[in-house]
Amino acid sequence: MLIKSAPDILSSEITPESVYRNRRQFMGDALKFGAAAGGLIAMPGAALGASGDGLRARAPADMERSAPAAWWQDKFANIEAAERGGQFWTDEDLTPYRDVVTYNNFYEFGTDKSDPFQNAQSFDADPWSVEITGEVDNPGSYDLEDFMKPHQLEERIYRLRCVERWSMVIPWIGFPLAELIRRVGPTSKAKYVAFETLLDPEQMPGQRGRFSVIEWPYREGLRMDEAMNPLSFLAVGLYGNYMPPQNGAPIRLVIPWKYGFKSIKSIVRIHFTETEPPTSWNMLQPREYGFYANVNPEVHHPRWRQDMETRLPTTLFSSGRIETRMFNGYADQVAHLYEGMDLARNY
Amino acid sequence: MLSQLKLLRNPRFWQVARVVIFALACMPFLFLLQGALLNTLGADPARELALETGRWALRFLLMSLAVTPLREMTGLTGLFPLRRTLGLFALFYAVLHFVVYMVFLLELRWSEIGSDILERPYITVGFTALLILAAMGITSTKDMMRRLGPRWKQLHQLVYLAALLALLHLLWILRTDLFDAVFYGTLLFLLLAYRLVTRLKKRRARIARQQSV
Repeated sequence: MLIKSAPDILSSEITPESVYRNRRQFMGDALKFGAAAGGLIAMPGAALGASGDGLRARAPADMERSAPAAWWQDKFANIEAAERGGQFWTDEDLTPYRDVVTYNNFYEFGTDKSDPFQNAQSFDADPWSVEITGEVDNPGSYDLEDFMKPHQLEERIYRLRCVERWSMVIPWIGFPLAELIRRVGPTSKAKYVAFETLLDPEQMPGQRGRFSVIEWPYREGLRMDEAMNPLSFLAVGLYGNYMPPQNGAPIRLVIPWKYGFKSIKSIVRIHFTETEPPTSWNMLQPREYGFYANVNPEVHHPRWRQDMETRLPTTLFSSGRIETRMFNGYADQVAHLYEGMDLARNY
Repeated sequence: MLSQLKLLRNPRFWQVARVVIFALACMPFLFLLQGALLNTLGADPARELALETGRWALRFLLMSLAVTPLREMTGLTGLFPLRRTLGLFALFYAVLHFVVYMVFLLELRWSEIGSDILERPYITVGFTALLILAAMGITSTKDMMRRLGPRWKQLHQLVYLAALLALLHLLWILRTDLFDAVFYGTLLFLLLAYRLVTRLKKRRARIARQQSV
């Protein structure tokens, strides 16, 4: 339960990165040896690395990111692959890595879709700490390494549906939000969880912009039962690789049944509260963006319909138009959370 | 004064200048075409094409509106034909914008185009602006000018309405960043304010002349 048992030694000091490297090398060699012994042609090591761990997909070698710090390497050496056909899986085609990392809404780095990719590359997310505040047994500021230590990383294939009507399918790497919440021990008064993005105008040009009307830092929130739902996920990577800054490095939320703006990026604070927390888009335009923001093909945004979406990437000859599903296709897992609620009013 | 410069009074200069400006005005189109053919417009090329053609339509419309003030302030009569050239380029990019929207975004589902134009206010105003530009484009020849007589001027004064509607069309789709709104809005405001001021001045001068008689 307790996470503040701050160890004297960081885990990165316990397991040097070289050991893990060797372990992978050793496994690779063993496989090669096995294959050779079986009379097969030995495959090149790189191919073994990609297929040996069973992940659905990995970042292309030429776009792979290096570890922000040594301990990340250890953490990513052991990722549980998504179970084929399981509840955190979809057979739909993945959105290619290149598109996932170059087409982003992250207004802290600019409002054009290509701005975050262009402006976030020098973003420094190490060291990073997350503050836990409010109605919890174990509040405090946690170094990210300690924060993540107890959690086994896993892969999840989720649909992501933006309120602007585009969507993607992304293999995230991370851990369940519920695990973290259980660890910090919310009190009986904790009815909502609020999240905050880093406020750092020096690194985030969008926060310096005079023409932006968002009141920084960016804020989001969930009802406690939504946050505890098994689908709610804290992601630290995608495509088997470390989270690119434009996608919300080092740690972000992924709530697949809600519009993308709920999945807040680059989190520095998690606050437990008794009352519904203010959320950025709702503060800006309450008529257009509600607190719940569940994907709902029957409730239209005042300026655009929501019954269809564009699955990216498109080409000029394939528009990628598909029907939007209730709760983005996750109704089985989350519809019960909203029983008896008028979703047209609680949009 | 600029108009005293010999070069700027040489008709050859203006002939060359017009060719250069024509070529420059084609550049955005060529870049977008190249992007479309090489597939370098990102994950959603149709959206990118729609955004860029729309932005260029508005830019050319504002540039065309800037010709008269520039001419009056500098006395360079050679600028005059540019008003039409730039206006036609605004129409060209606006038509491209509409074609991209119909062919690539709506894939020619005509019923949806109809309901979009009627029910989505930002599309209604954008479409109205396009109709005005089209009417102006069709009547932009010398022959049509002669045939329409005084009505030609009335029709072409709708350009101010078209510019306002185009700006509104842009404002309506913005989510937060007000830079575009402030930038193009200020330009249009200045261009309209200039006309208002010169008109008032002319009227005052006329009244003064009448009184002095």
